[in-house]
Amino acid sequence: MLRTALRNVLAHKARLLMTTLAVLLGVAFVSGTLVFTSTISEAFQRSSERSLSHVDIAIQPDGDSEAAEAAPGGAANLDQALLDEVGALPNVAEAIGDVSGFAALADTEGDLVGSGWDTRGANYYAGQGGTGTDSRYPMTEGRAPGAAGEIAIDAHTAERTGYQVGDTARVSVDGPVREETITGVFTTEEGSVAAGGSLVLYDTATAQELFAKPGEYTRITLAAADGTSQTQLDEAVQPLLPADAEALTGQQLADDQAEMIESQTSGMRTGLLAFAGISLFVGIFIIANTFTMLVAQRTKELALLRAVGASRRQVTRSVLVEALLVGCVAGLAGFAAGVGIAAGLRALMESIEFTIPEGPLVVSGSTVLASVLVAVVVTMLAAYLPARRAAKIPPVAAMNSVHAAPTTRGLLVRNTIGALFAAAGAALVVAGINRDDSGATMGLGAGLLVIGVFVLTPLLSRPVIALASPLLRIFGVSGKLARLNAVRNPRRTAATASALMIGLTLITGLTVIAGTLSQAIERMAAQAISSDYVVSMANFAPLNPEVAETLAEQPGVTGVSGLRASPALVADRTDSDSLTGVNGEAIDRLVTPDFTAGSFDGLSGDNAVIDTATADDLGLTLGDSFDVTFEDGQPGRLTVTGIYEDSEVMRGILLDDATLDPHMERIQDFQVMVATESGTSDETKQALEAALGDNPAILVQDEADIAEDIAYIFTLMLNMLYGLLAMAVIVAVLGVINTLAMSVFERRQEIGMLRAIGLDRRSTKRMVRLESIVIALFGGVLGVGLGVFFGWAVGEMMRGSLATYELVLPWDRIAVFLALAGLVGVLAALWPARRAARLNMLDSIKAD
Amino acid sequence: MSSTVAAPHTASTGAVAAQARDLTKVYGEGETRVVALDHVSVDFRQAEFTAIMGPSGSGKSTLMHCMAGLDSISAGSARIGDTELAGLKDKKLTQLRRDRIGFIFQAFNLLPTLSALENITLPMSIAGRKPDKPWLDRVVSTVGLADRLRHRPGQLSGGQQQRVAVARALAARPEIIFGDEPTGNLDSRAGAEILGFLRNSVRELGQTVVMVTHDPVAAAYADRVIFLADGRIVDDMPEPTAERVLEHMKRFDAKGRTS
Repeated sequence: MLRTALRNVLAHKARLLMTTLAVLLGVAFVSGTLVFTSTISEAFQRSSERSLSHVDIAIQPDGDSEAAEAAPGGAANLDQALLDEVGALPNVAEAIGDVSGFAALADTEGDLVGSGWDTRGANYYAGQGGTGTDSRYPMTEGRAPGAAGEIAIDAHTAERTGYQVGDTARVSVDGPVREETITGVFTTEEGSVAAGGSLVLYDTATAQELFAKPGEYTRITLAAADGTSQTQLDEAVQPLLPADAEALTGQQLADDQAEMIESQTSGMRTGLLAFAGISLFVGIFIIANTFTMLVAQRTKELALLRAVGASRRQVTRSVLVEALLVGCVAGLAGFAAGVGIAAGLRALMESIEFTIPEGPLVVSGSTVLASVLVAVVVTMLAAYLPARRAAKIPPVAAMNSVHAAPTTRGLLVRNTIGALFAAAGAALVVAGINRDDSGATMGLGAGLLVIGVFVLTPLLSRPVIALASPLLRIFGVSGKLARLNAVRNPRRTAATASALMIGLTLITGLTVIAGTLSQAIERMAAQAISSDYVVSMANFAPLNPEVAETLAEQPGVTGVSGLRASPALVADRTDSDSLTGVNGEAIDRLVTPDFTAGSFDGLSGDNAVIDTATADDLGLTLGDSFDVTFEDGQPGRLTVTGIYEDSEVMRGILLDDATLDPHMERIQDFQVMVATESGTSDETKQALEAALGDNPAILVQDEADIAEDIAYIFTLMLNMLYGLLAMAVIVAVLGVINTLAMSVFERRQEIGMLRAIGLDRRSTKRMVRLESIVIALFGGVLGVGLGVFFGWAVGEMMRGSLATYELVLPWDRIAVFLALAGLVGVLAALWPARRAARLNMLDSIKAD
Repeated sequence: MSSTVAAPHTASTGAVAAQARDLTKVYGEGETRVVALDHVSVDFRQAEFTAIMGPSGSGKSTLMHCMAGLDSISAGSARIGDTELAGLKDKKLTQLRRDRIGFIFQAFNLLPTLSALENITLPMSIAGRKPDKPWLDRVVSTVGLADRLRHRPGQLSGGQQQRVAVARALAARPEIIFGDEPTGNLDSRAGAEILGFLRNSVRELGQTVVMVTHDPVAAAYADRVIFLADGRIVDDMPEPTAERVLEHMKRFDAKGRTS
């Protein structure tokens, strides 16, 4: 049987081509994902190991550093005394005090270097006396920064920006622009730099002032003397640690980082594999279609095998072995293509400045195995039903010219099941909207509905395609024949259309959800903010209060308020809350939340404005008082003078800056809101930006900018999803090509006859093309319909949490998607239509 | 080339409907070169029923295909009416077949998705023309399909299907109808019916019919039989009967064996 199967595969090479390609693409996606993620994971792993090579022990704020920092009472004191103390330990070869934070560097054009997330600043630790060298940052040019106003930059950044030693560069840490002189260029193994970020080094004192507090470090690292293990050093250091600090060995740090890198890449891997899974799922329809056709074409041959004594199982097996062979070939080829995709992706990432540390492509044996296994399983799974059907061919079919088509009873059962599934699924989705466990209910419903629609598509194909007949009539006899051919084999048409439907359902659903969400959030932002401008850092790092002061002094500015957050304990709640400090005088001109009681009036002293959630939780009404413990541990008592509806943009407890500031360890605004006399205009915006020194790290945004930002984020996300779903659509295109090629092959006698009695080449091509478009649009209509339904359902589910929710149906996009489906039809028909038009009439008519 | 439909002729006027002059058809090149037609010259007269006979490989089908514009011509001339087929591009050739020629094949004559009536009017649908209703009715009743028009080919017997094919060929009033073994797949009774229709269409409707066959009984329905061998016309028999045709073939066979 193996030999028969092998011969069949070879004999039907051309007809198995599209199937193999479909599986290949899905598998390439899988193996590309695996190779790419393990490559970047290992590259970052290696880079992190290199950057930790000189670290045997690191002393840093306690593990849950966020919590420790956020708690009232201040962070761990990693001061000079501690550094001196641990540095004096006998087994320590080197002790380095580290202080680092965000630092934005402007390039020569004034634009931010890097994306804003990995632009860091740190100290050049020149040893105890300040005269040594920092082994982490070997200087390749110039010298290390030694005083305020001097910086060194990493070689990669120097190369990108063209800065030379002696140049002046503009740097911003928390708002104000600092003009610094570049004294040196260094190389580093620092992970963020390897990943495309920038690193600016200050002398230790300046860095401490900028990133921590004078005399304090954010981390202390120790290198052990020869012959001392990390654990031994750890034991020696432990007794010296202050309360909130912890010491980790280099190994632990490396392990932690490895774990973090792994968790990040595994998230990415899972996401990508999900999309690969969709492509493979789409491929299943094509494989099933192809094998159904191959079995149908070989009916006589298979019946003959049965007639001469082959058992049903042998027939099934022979078909499955064919599938196995196809799967193996597609798996290996897909794996190879995947390695190529991974290499291409890495190059692509580098070209968009997402630098990945150097490293070889990581191709593991398990990737090869997974690729082939996935291909084989998918192919055999899809071929199983056709194989079973092959076994049911009665031996007598060898004698008959026509094998009986499946009975209508089968279709009746099928349609009933499909209708039940679809109805139950739709009901569950709708029911899920208002349930607590809506996600699960809806997911189940969506699954059932999609299965139901799959099962029903053969039935739906006739009425839906009939709707297109008035349009097709324009094309005369080609249009009519195209329509009739499209519904001739409803199962095949349905499977082909379903393949396209899957991709379009997801694309449409996501588009509806994203459009709806984007608009809801934009509206919310617009409703809550009445200030003309919002000023923030590019990476949403905190701003120096000077920024608010500078803005307040500008002509035409009528009101300015920073928003500064300070951790605090509120009433008897044990979890740390946050108090937001605002400018009590100006705030009513800057934000307009809905007040249920009171107002911003009199927001000063111990008065506070709270949101309804806090009010409900603490049982507070207007005029009530409640206890707080400020960041510095001081107790206080605040009185409620206003209660407002909380929203995505504004929530929590607001009080006057003057009250909050004395308790804050470091006064910083996360945002500054500005109202101006003349409202928003380009001139005003430019004036404000100029007032802030045209700082590349600071964003001055009006409502339109914010809306644009929100829209941009959604667009970016959508485009990424479109890109990932494109593969599923490409596979579906292969499916349409496959179906048409089959149709043309099977109907070559008819086509020959039509050509003989006078159908010209153009009309023949048009007939095939229209059939293709009809099938593709059928899939498109189903997909868009389901997508809109799911989009609506998910939107309805979010209605509860989004006050400004309103369903947005992106008609323009929907039109584009349908046009895209039509285009898929046109493209898929190119080759089959050409073949149909070029068929040799005489050979075709005679062929049997 | 005219697109107007020539009116059927009520009697054989002796005018030529199709004509071959030194028609030569060569397949392949070099060692695989086969001369299928070797300088064939023949006239097919209007309102005449001509049968082309000959052993396998004699070139009888090739002659028909070349005359019908289904196959290209290597040398010489083939005309339908006044139109020279040699050198016509596919588009013109297709239009010619559509508007001026009718076809009946051995099998795969009909589109399974269309009803009998739709199949009959297919050439006119392709041309975007409305069928001539009285003529269509006459053709349909002649072939006895009036009550089967809504059926699909799958619901008709082989003989009925071929009658639909004959009706299709007649409905557009082509200048000439070519049949390629039109009764090859039918039993003798159904075959006789079809041949009767074809003969009647010539006698009563003045249709010109050229048919390739290997069956002496079928050939006997024709007004004239042309015998081909090795790509050449070897005999031209008017008023054939089955016996004479059979006789002729036996003689020819015997000659073929002795030569």
